[in-house]
Amino acid sequence: MMLSCKDVTRLVSQGLDRELSLGERTMLRFHFAICAGCRNVNRQLALLRSAIRQLSEDEAKSPRG
Amino acid sequence: MPADLRTQIEEERPYLLRFARLQLRNPEAAEDVVQEALVAALAAQAGFRGQSNVRTWLTGILKHKIIDAIRRSSRELASGSFDDDPDIGDLGYKFKENGHWAERPAAWTEPDSALERKQFLAALEQCLARLPARTAQAFLMREHLGLETAEICKELGVTATHCWVLLYRARMALRQCLESHGSVRGTKGG
Repeated sequence: MMLSCKDVTRLVSQGLDRELSLGERTMLRFHFAICAGCRNVNRQLALLRSAIRQLSEDEAKSPRG
Repeated sequence: MPADLRTQIEEERPYLLRFARLQLRNPEAAEDVVQEALVAALAAQAGFRGQSNVRTWLTGILKHKIIDAIRRSSRELASGSFDDDPDIGDLGYKFKENGHWAERPAAWTEPDSALERKQFLAALEQCLARLPARTAQAFLMREHLGLETAEICKELGVTATHCWVLLYRARMALRQCLESHGSVRGTKGG
């Protein structure tokens, strides 16, 4: 089955919330190999996650709080 | 209790406030949960045996208080529904009818220096504030409190599928917002 980019972005997001099946992971890998747009979104959503974790840390460390 | 621990607990107040404000949006509600958490921490200091650092220990207590507050406010809103939130759909994501990109997302210039990082986080905060309230709540329960989807669904009274949809929409909306904000304007080829 061929996934559309819309399906892929949904799956990328779900991959952050649940364990994807081997089949799903394989489909993603194939899709990323040929689609730079989805590859970019994958990376950006991962960055978003790590950035949220920094949000409360960041300000608390600054002297003016 | 060692005066030292008491001082350390009090010193974490600004951090805890900030942590609570991110999730609850309402500054008064945030003050309240932090107060509850500090009272609980002082009462339960025996539970702190230095196995983790003070901040981690306090954050754990605070998370529980925040979840209690969310539970209470869900009950006050009477309906566990997200109907109050505007339907943000798949947000600006001009997918074509066949589900492929109408406009291919470019790679971001990722924040590198301390200054860029600061700007990026500031933009992220503004974008979070623009999300519809309950969508933001679900998203922050996942990413900020670190709850599992099952727990979020339970607290918010929605199905797992609905949860995933909410989280998906929140992420795509934030992505779009950050991009239009310009601090990550894609320049690298993609």
